[in-house]
Amino acid sequence: MSGWSVEIDARTCIGTGMCVGAAPKYFQRKSSKSVPVHDHVEPDEDLLDAAFACPAEAIRVRDEATGDVLVPEA
Amino acid sequence: MTTHPEPVAYPFSEPDRLVVHPRYGELRDQGELERVQLPFGKPTWLATRHEDVKIVLGDPRFSREKALGEDEPRILSFTHRPDSILTMDPPGHTRLRKAVARAFTKRRIETIRPRTQQIVDELLDEMVAAGDTADLVRQFALAVPMMVICELLGGPYEDRHKFHHWSEILASTRSSKHTKEDIAQADKELRDYLAELVDTKRANPGDDLLSVLVETEQTDDPLTPEEIVGLAWSVLLAGFEITTNMLVNSVYLLLTNPDQREQLVQEAGLLEKAVEELLRFVPLTVGSFFPRMALEDVELSGTLVRKGETVLPSTLAANRDEAVFPNADQLDFHRDSNAHLTFSYGIHHCLGAPLARMELQVAIGTLLRRLPGLRLVAEDELPWRSGSILRGPSSLLVTW
Ligand code: HEM
Ligand code: SF4
Repeated sequence: MSGWSVEIDARTCIGTGMCVGAAPKYFQRKSSKSVPVHDHVEPDEDLLDAAFACPAEAIRVRDEATGDVLVPEA
Repeated sequence: MTTHPEPVAYPFSEPDRLVVHPRYGELRDQGELERVQLPFGKPTWLATRHEDVKIVLGDPRFSREKALGEDEPRILSFTHRPDSILTMDPPGHTRLRKAVARAFTKRRIETIRPRTQQIVDELLDEMVAAGDTADLVRQFALAVPMMVICELLGGPYEDRHKFHHWSEILASTRSSKHTKEDIAQADKELRDYLAELVDTKRANPGDDLLSVLVETEQTDDPLTPEEIVGLAWSVLLAGFEITTNMLVNSVYLLLTNPDQREQLVQEAGLLEKAVEELLRFVPLTVGSFFPRMALEDVELSGTLVRKGETVLPSTLAANRDEAVFPNADQLDFHRDSNAHLTFSYGIHHCLGAPLARMELQVAIGTLLRRLPGLRLVAEDELPWRSGSILRGPSSLLVTW
């Protein structure tokens, strides 16, 4: 399967809204936290940029073909 | 042509200690936005409800960048640079933010907690050795954020006093204290200094902020040397004076609210929650700032904000919204959730929030632990800041 998977860890998300503001296509507000709009997406640099900027490192983006974790950095 | 109500003067009054002006509560209850006129710029809407403030800060239909210029509603006369991380819209903002974000994750900040503890301990050692009264502003609260920032920057330790000198001039929101020439001179010296330090880091990278920024030169979206210096400049100055002020106000509140202080002394595990509650409770500024411009018509609590009009998001009013914080005017260290907006919301959410939280936790926790008898020398005669956008005591004479 090609494409990326996107997850937000609800326990670590501190609800800054940073990701929603930076990439509204991919993230949305849900009560005081944020959640991905889609769990599976086509590769897109805009998504990575927003994920990298999460102060809580709560966003995980994975390449579904290789299983590599793209964000957060190890 | 729509007609608007006649704007009322804003801020509503000169600050009175840490009292929140009652007009904010009235407006929140009515729900509608208020039309206000700041000392500079055009009239603007003022949003006070938590939900509305979050929309103004977080919704891409509002722009920070478009609100800039001579028309920007503002308390002080100077206009903001359109090319800084604080003022840009995406995608330019995302590019800069991504580059610095890695230096400010909670994980990275935890690695400088031990060094922060050491700084705080040394400052208190010095203070106690020097006598039995001290000005906590000058001898403690100004020094902690400044020393931690030097640490973060990764410059040589001996350069601390130079950095102190520049930041004192540049991060001062007291417009009258320094001449234009002083400010321009300090600005140039700091930029030259940072540029030199960037060259050192390029040759010899470490784990600090500048090294993280220099590393982006290896990626396919490199920052230019000017961008690196500009970004380091704004990160350093954005978080300096405000953290001092937050620390001063926190200590003031603890010393004037003995019940809450006692809870914190008895239950050290309460520290994190207490810091969040202090962040919610303290009105840090004389009024709200950083308006956003509507990019299309948006309705907020029954008020139609037209495309091209600006809204001032009042985080300090939102922080007292009963709909989100029951008994909002009560300082309560036991709140389960604390969605305060003191660090803003959305793409400009304070980059330094994890750092500021850590510093406040270490500084407040250590003060209470090491100086159990800490008290104000004369509460009734405290001098309060004036002529600044920040509010709080300008000195805090204590004994222990
Ligand atoms: C208690 C202390 C602090 C408070 C209350 C605070 C508050 C804020 C607020 C309200 C904003 C957003 C403004 C807006 O929405 O337009 C902001 C942004 C920012 N803060 Fe802080 N801050 C604090 C400490 C710090 C520290 C320690 C640093 C760094 C060393 C820092 C660096 C920044 C930066 C770089 C931004 C711009 C972020 C962006 O626009 O993407 N702040 N801060
Ligand atoms: S940026 Fe991170 S912490 Fe902020 S809302 Fe998104 S996932 Fe949560």
